[in-house]
Amino acid sequence: MDALATALPALGDAWALILQPAVLGYLVLGVVMGLAVGVFPGLGGIAGLSLLLPFMFGMDPVMGLALMIGMVAVVPTSDTFASVLMGIPGSSASQATVLDGFPLAKKGQAARALAAAFTSSLFGGLVGALFLTLFILVARPIVLAFGLPEMLMITILGLSMVAVLAGRVALKGLAAAGLGLMIGTIGEADAGGSLRMATYDIPYLTDGLQLVIVGLGVFAVPEIVSLLRQDRSIAKDASLGAGWMDGVRDWMENKWLSVRCSLIGVLVGIIPGLGGSVVDWIAYGHAVQTTKDKSNFGKGEIRGVIGPESSNNAKEGGGLVPTLLFGIPGSGSMAIFIGAIALLGSGDIEVGPSMLRDNLDITYSIVWLLALANVVGTLLCIAASGGIARLTTIRFTYLAPFLFMLISFAAFQSGQNFEDLLALLAIGLIGIFLRRFDWSRPAFLIGFVLSNPVEKFSNQAFQIASFRFRKSFEEGMDYIFSPIVIILLIVTVVSVVLGIRQAKSIMAEGDVQSGSKRAPVVFLLIIMAYLVTALVNAHMIPDYNLTDKIVPLVVGGIALFCCAIMLVQMMLRPEGNVIFADKEVSGEDAEAPYGLWSTLAWFGGLILGTFFVGFILALLAFLLSFLRLRARAGWAKTLILTACGIAFMCLMAGALNRDFPPGLLQDVTNLPWPLN
Amino acid sequence: MNNSKLTSTVAAAALVAAGMAAPAIAEVDFSGETIEWVIPFSETGGSAKWANFFAPLLSEELPGNPTVVVKFMPGAGSTKGANWFQEQVHEDGTVLFGTSGSTQFPYLLDDPRVRYEYSDWIPVMASGTGGVAYLNAEDGAKFDGSANALKDIDFIYGSQGATRLDLVPLLAWEMLGMNVEPVFGIKGRGDGRLMFERGEATIDYQTSSGYLGASADLVASGTAVPMMTWGALDEEGNIVRDPTFPEIASFKEVCEATDGCETSGEQWDAWKAFFVAGFPVQKIAFLPAGTPDDVKQAYSDAFDAVRKRDDFATLAALQVGKYPVFVGEGAAKATVAGTTVSAEAKAFVQNWLQEAYGVSLN
Repeated sequence: MDALATALPALGDAWALILQPAVLGYLVLGVVMGLAVGVFPGLGGIAGLSLLLPFMFGMDPVMGLALMIGMVAVVPTSDTFASVLMGIPGSSASQATVLDGFPLAKKGQAARALAAAFTSSLFGGLVGALFLTLFILVARPIVLAFGLPEMLMITILGLSMVAVLAGRVALKGLAAAGLGLMIGTIGEADAGGSLRMATYDIPYLTDGLQLVIVGLGVFAVPEIVSLLRQDRSIAKDASLGAGWMDGVRDWMENKWLSVRCSLIGVLVGIIPGLGGSVVDWIAYGHAVQTTKDKSNFGKGEIRGVIGPESSNNAKEGGGLVPTLLFGIPGSGSMAIFIGAIALLGSGDIEVGPSMLRDNLDITYSIVWLLALANVVGTLLCIAASGGIARLTTIRFTYLAPFLFMLISFAAFQSGQNFEDLLALLAIGLIGIFLRRFDWSRPAFLIGFVLSNPVEKFSNQAFQIASFRFRKSFEEGMDYIFSPIVIILLIVTVVSVVLGIRQAKSIMAEGDVQSGSKRAPVVFLLIIMAYLVTALVNAHMIPDYNLTDKIVPLVVGGIALFCCAIMLVQMMLRPEGNVIFADKEVSGEDAEAPYGLWSTLAWFGGLILGTFFVGFILALLAFLLSFLRLRARAGWAKTLILTACGIAFMCLMAGALNRDFPPGLLQDVTNLPWPLN
Repeated sequence: MNNSKLTSTVAAAALVAAGMAAPAIAEVDFSGETIEWVIPFSETGGSAKWANFFAPLLSEELPGNPTVVVKFMPGAGSTKGANWFQEQVHEDGTVLFGTSGSTQFPYLLDDPRVRYEYSDWIPVMASGTGGVAYLNAEDGAKFDGSANALKDIDFIYGSQGATRLDLVPLLAWEMLGMNVEPVFGIKGRGDGRLMFERGEATIDYQTSSGYLGASADLVASGTAVPMMTWGALDEEGNIVRDPTFPEIASFKEVCEATDGCETSGEQWDAWKAFFVAGFPVQKIAFLPAGTPDDVKQAYSDAFDAVRKRDDFATLAALQVGKYPVFVGEGAAKATVAGTTVSAEAKAFVQNWLQEAYGVSLN
């Protein structure tokens, strides 16, 4: 009980540090700022923290920490608003939430979904802090037990969730995941620097596509376009059926699911190098597998919201372990956090192994400030959720232009290139067709998210394993088949077997009717053409850079094989078979008063306009013409809404010191901000 | 370089000379202005840390106390930001640009993405760091100040890529005759250290701050044995022991003690050239081409005042290490040293990268 003897006094000191009025004041200030920043999808904690950095210099350590942690802690909470209400995944932490949260909003149960999500977040955050308080003292050897083979196995476990989310035709889900993996390999390879489906002439592609853009493109763009075509409110019949109390009650009924997912969140969060990318998918898969009646997943199942939301805040706590103990940031905002800690006070708090020894009280302060920030943030969010949920009753045509504005800005922030907007449009098109033809978009996104870890860990683990095998066979086997690997292997196999059995009842895209052959076959052929091109491209990488080509070749080969089988099936089966699912045959999309292309053209127009005159001027023209021509609003309404949109954009960008995409006009002239 | 550019350079040089003859008049005033310090990396890297450290200090010392904000322009391994900066011309002195070894290496190696020219820019401050290589306990026991007993061991090293700063350690170990197999594709030196701590890697190196922050603990607990520092440069440009680690031998000393390792000749010159670009002159702050002398002087003076602050040594020790900060003429000299390699050294390294790792940058 040696550890406990040091822990308890430090814990007491930590609470003494936290429970000062000034510290709590800074915490609340940070939380409020974090909530404001979190409104922007894709911007998150990094932008907010960068903004705070200049003030950290020489600031009292605990106050500075309170301010920063308040801000970081609530971003995964507040981005739930965008993912539930609008179907916009703000960060990797809210992607799985979209799957069931957004359908709930469409059913008019946005307030219920939000309340359940926030209660889960709050609980997850508290479980995480409690667990960490004890665990952080013994975490070091456990973290070190996770070598490359173990991390590869966790990644594969995450990938195995594709089995659950594959949809009605398993092959399609597999091919979608394969396509996601292949799109994830675009750019300069990590290992040898070979270019895949990229060229130095287009520097943008050498960095690969950003997760934010792919998440927005796959989930947000198709939903926005679809709703806009139907010209209705998000919540059908523009009514709110269930209030926030129902959400809290839902959480009560599923508290054990919430406990389990919180623990999954902390445990995966502490492993450096994985970050949050797999956690919510594993939690979502777990929620599916432990639910008796699976028929509602993807259509608005509250357990599909509670699971991932419990894990994603717990993960933030878990992520503190590698950050504080090893000085290795688990995410971008954690990296800035480390840098900022060194600026605090006299600069003697140093993140790393000495943290536990020299600054255990500060360490505990960080853990519990995080938990406290969660409490404050969640209460604020729950209080606001009833009101904000009303957004879903507004006619969507009035929301859509502002959503296009937000996602364009979010996409641009990921790389500050005009190409970011083009990439968003391109991925958005892919997303629209994946949705239309009932290819699992979650499977595609899981593939994309895990593409880099799969490639990196398998290459590195292979290299080190072969090194061990050269020493002796036994040493190699010990390395690959450690107890942790074997346990993870069993979990993965069980989850895949269960998943395949259950997949048919989980319709991530809802019930899609089947139609004629032509359109689904054409889409399949286009996918196959891309896969063949990518395979040829990977094949051309010289053999001495085998590490750069092996994963694209294997994955691309498997995906192409799946597609080929489907092509044969499509030729053999009659029209109307489930494989020819097509949303344009019947249902909401087919009956929509507006066509796909004319609706998408508005978004395309905004991007084209940006190319010529820069974002703000293009946005001005876009908002005016959209509200007048499409929404048929009166001049007064149009002008007021446009002014609000532009002002909001400028205010946020100005406060966060962010630029807007410039166009050709800005190249030749010198305009004042924000027009530059 | 074409003729008109040459002419303008000569003209600029003449102007600079004329400006230097006149007494410096402090008429540069940034009151109410915002200086944008652009970093061609993301918010999370070492360069961000460096700029964020200097920005508030610079703000205090510049005439008129302007707000200094750090802006990030990541992409294409920092070449995107550097190419952007190449297009900038002097307007009002409110744009500052920071580069790192990762910007210098592609430039030195003729990376096809490079469209920038270091000699066009006006350096106002340069600072550096050092690095320490260390071994695991088992192999470290065989280290006796020379690498003679290490030549039959296969080492594993977690590396970010052969064309990055890792070029310096990888070439050094090769010169010592050691057999080090790099596992490529890690994201930062912290990941490399973790790989070492897990026992997957058996040799590692960290920059000075990384070593002090975490690896020194490994040494203290006996799980790691320091092997050598890359050294530091003295006034004359000779490699000496790193002042932050006076007790650890430099690579030069280890090389001299090791059979078959030469501290002269083509290979050594190539190593030294890239070492200088990667470590002692790792980070440089530039003003765009055509910046008038008074603005340049204002920045130089401000950085000079920063480094002369009473508390600078303590502040800097944690953030950027105890290494000299060059300003003015010193920064200009350091920049030349850090951004030029002889044609022979360049050819040697390009050839070695191709042969050892199959890396070609064309």
